Amino acid sequence: MSQHRPYEPVIGLEVHAQLLTRSKAFCSCSTEFGNDPNSNVCPVCLGLPGVLPVLNARVVEFVIRMGLATHCTIARKSVFARKNYFYPDLPKGYQISQYEDPICTDGFVEIELEDGSKKNIGITRIHMEEDAGKSIHDLDVDTLVDVNRCGVPLIEIVSKPDLRSPHEAYQYLSAMKQIVTYLGICDGNMEEGSLRCDANVSVRPVGSVTLGTKTELKNLNSFRFVEKALQYEINRQIALLESGGQVVQETLLWNPDQGVAIPMRSKEEAHDYRYFPEPDLVPVLVPEEQIESVRKTLPEFPMARRDRYIAEYSLPKYDADILTESRDLAEYFEATVRALKRRNPETAKMASNWTMTDVLRVVRERHIEIRDFPIQPERLAGMIDLIADGTISSKIAKDLFEEMLASGDHPGIIVKAKGLVQVSDEGAIERAVAEVLEKNPEQVLKYKSGKHQVFGYFVGETMKIMKGKANPKLVNDILKKKLES
Amino acid sequence: MTKTFGRIKADLRSGAASCESITMEYLGSAESGRRYNAFLSLFAEKAVARAREIDRKLKAGTAGPLAGMVVAVKDVISLKGERVTCGSKILEDFVAPYDATVIERLIAADAVIIGKTNMDEFAMGSSTENSAFGRTKLPQDEDRVPGGSSGGSAVAVKAGMCTTALGTDTGGSIRQPASFTGVVGLKPTYGRVSRYGLVAFASSFDQIGPFALTARDAATVLRVIAGRDERDATSADVPVPDYEKALTGDVRGVTIGIPKEYYGEALDPAIRAGVEKGIEALKAGGAKVREVSLPHTDYTIAAYYILATAEASSNLARYDGARYGYRAKDVRDLTEMYTRSRSEGFGAEVKRRIMLGTYVLSAGYYDAYYRKGQKVRRLIQNDFLEAFKSVDCLVTPTSPSTAFKAGEKIDDPLQMYLSDIYTTSANLAGIPGISIPCGADKQGLPIGLQILGKHFDEATILRVADFLETCNM
Repeated sequence: MSQHRPYEPVIGLEVHAQLLTRSKAFCSCSTEFGNDPNSNVCPVCLGLPGVLPVLNARVVEFVIRMGLATHCTIARKSVFARKNYFYPDLPKGYQISQYEDPICTDGFVEIELEDGSKKNIGITRIHMEEDAGKSIHDLDVDTLVDVNRCGVPLIEIVSKPDLRSPHEAYQYLSAMKQIVTYLGICDGNMEEGSLRCDANVSVRPVGSVTLGTKTELKNLNSFRFVEKALQYEINRQIALLESGGQVVQETLLWNPDQGVAIPMRSKEEAHDYRYFPEPDLVPVLVPEEQIESVRKTLPEFPMARRDRYIAEYSLPKYDADILTESRDLAEYFEATVRALKRRNPETAKMASNWTMTDVLRVVRERHIEIRDFPIQPERLAGMIDLIADGTISSKIAKDLFEEMLASGDHPGIIVKAKGLVQVSDEGAIERAVAEVLEKNPEQVLKYKSGKHQVFGYFVGETMKIMKGKANPKLVNDILKKKLES
Repeated sequence: MTKTFGRIKADLRSGAASCESITMEYLGSAESGRRYNAFLSLFAEKAVARAREIDRKLKAGTAGPLAGMVVAVKDVISLKGERVTCGSKILEDFVAPYDATVIERLIAADAVIIGKTNMDEFAMGSSTENSAFGRTKLPQDEDRVPGGSSGGSAVAVKAGMCTTALGTDTGGSIRQPASFTGVVGLKPTYGRVSRYGLVAFASSFDQIGPFALTARDAATVLRVIAGRDERDATSADVPVPDYEKALTGDVRGVTIGIPKEYYGEALDPAIRAGVEKGIEALKAGGAKVREVSLPHTDYTIAAYYILATAEASSNLARYDGARYGYRAKDVRDLTEMYTRSRSEGFGAEVKRRIMLGTYVLSAGYYDAYYRKGQKVRRLIQNDFLEAFKSVDCLVTPTSPSTAFKAGEKIDDPLQMYLSDIYTTSANLAGIPGISIPCGADKQGLPIGLQILGKHFDEATILRVADFLETCNM
């Protein structure tokens, strides 16, 4: 890496996010993924002669959410434009997009750098557009076209060239994914194409303020590829400059199998899209009241939430990071904490532990979403309350958790029905301890001669008599007292 | 049979005719007038069956407001299950899978749809010579053109093949053929009538409107087809008045503007004389007449051909042979499929306009052409808004000439484009306009008088048109 030191990369990302609206951007067809090819279609999204687009109001609401979440200015009036090009999976011969007057401009997103410091990455613009269909080439027959995806709403988020390393680009993309999923406007799945990324990359000598010639890197359709592809391209550009060559402005397609970026044929990229205002749609007018009402629905964002967990619940940063990874998980945790009878750092940490370990384990094993997890947060809180007030032991809680998972019953009911209540009756424990010591005189001698490891044996035997329900702390205390008397 | 809808309704009431007999009569005229080539398709059986159904409704007293009206539709409007060719080889076999909003409304009002009419390909032309299916002939002189692009609809009304017809007007395509054939043609305000199901030529200009024998019949049709449609974002949510009530036969209190730029030296003296006679009749009827100025008139044709072709180049991109319509045979690759399907499928004028429109939107030319065209459009709109501060409507000639000979202008696009010199401004400004017959020239060819109105004020221009009809010019 030492030869790279004199250069710094300058990266800007264009992120496309497919919106989770139920119907398409300009017609009422379903956006459902995975249906039979060409089944989610109507004359409008098929681009038949004579049809007209009508804007789905949810699309505007979703993009305003994104704009507010990224501190953008929301245009009171924005305009759709046609992007003209020929392709078989583009039935109208143009894509409805926004060009000169996008709905969101001039925002930023905060990312965390490797040293833990924070950096703002500028957002140039966010605009609405419709997706194209899919061409399927890898068949023996002619190319096939599936237009189910045609007209599915997208937003394009264009960053400023503020990113200075592949890692920063990765962090930015992760932040994007977290924001869109927190907002509930996109499922953030890069592998399925609901989140897509292109990059503009250039390098320049450190200290230089002018930008080098950039290349556009396409097809970065996996979180794994992004850093790798960017590093490849940065190395390529530096090597080119070091050897006295020059970077050519071109579009490169990342090939993940070969680990190289291949230039697209100049003919393919020599597009003149001939943008002009879409005459079939009226300008999008967003009144101030709409912006304010959308603002009220915004959730608390991950970084703010994480900082609050640390401050409010005294959680370690590690816990707070994991719990805020997804909005659903954070909300599950918070609902649990809110339902606790005794809310203090200790019980909050217990809620955190149970959420991070047992809840997440089951979610992963069962391949389910948090929102489908069978134990409601209030019930989990009820269980933690039982531990905190000494009714049950942590050990019993593990069994109780499994019972709750199976039956879905209230923890208190299970505890009563199965007699899981912890015994803190000192007399009963003393009687059990006396019985154990009486039955095991040799072990008692061993203990008294200094072999303290047999202590565990006495605990186990006492618990056996108590059917596992004795308060472990009391068992310990009483045993010690008796053995050392 | 050239009967107004009023006469038809009277005949239905008296029992002198039935919806079926009226439909049969129109079908007979369409058959005997085949040589005009007004229709691209006729729905004889369906129309008669539908007429019988309406006769039953008439008996039961449940018939809609257009019962007894037989309508022809320009073949650029979708009618479910029927071909919509747009006068083009590229859509020769394309069958529409849905009804346009105007069709739904006509059918709901119990009109009978008799067939689809010939037109200039994709509504591009002023003579109905640019049809892939042969030219339409002017009934008065078959060597002449009926105007265009809605020439088939104009001729169908003139020759008694229907009661009224729908046309579309992007730069004058209803008003100019109405003028050439001697019928009434109304282009409503942009946004007044839904464009859903109208195959687009230039989306921000196109409007559907009626041809009729009288202003009253045009008013009747407009009332049915006008109004907000959720499927057309550009359709206006403005109440639709009862236009027939506006036809008072009286123009007292109306102030009429005469835009001086529309009476230049290029104007045929016979047409000038005809229109001036109309203006005199309005004065005699008590209207106030005053001269006004529309200073940007000279830029109308240029702005129109930049903006309309730009939109057309994009609107017609979908005809690429990939999914429907004409596809060239034996192509080797995608590019060849596109280029040959489009080269072979489109006619010369359509290709000329696609190239013009592509050019004005191209990188490096957009500002000089498209953006400047948009600015000029605004100036022209402002001219009208300014004029309408002092007048209620404007009276002008519809076209600088009467019907010309077939072949006369077909090789001279600029001369052809100038045929729309008085009509395109209304499309640029989005205002309504109507052309009504106003006498004839020495050869007996009809002269058209155009009345232009304020946005959404079709009532006033219909009222003035209706008054002039009573003046027996």
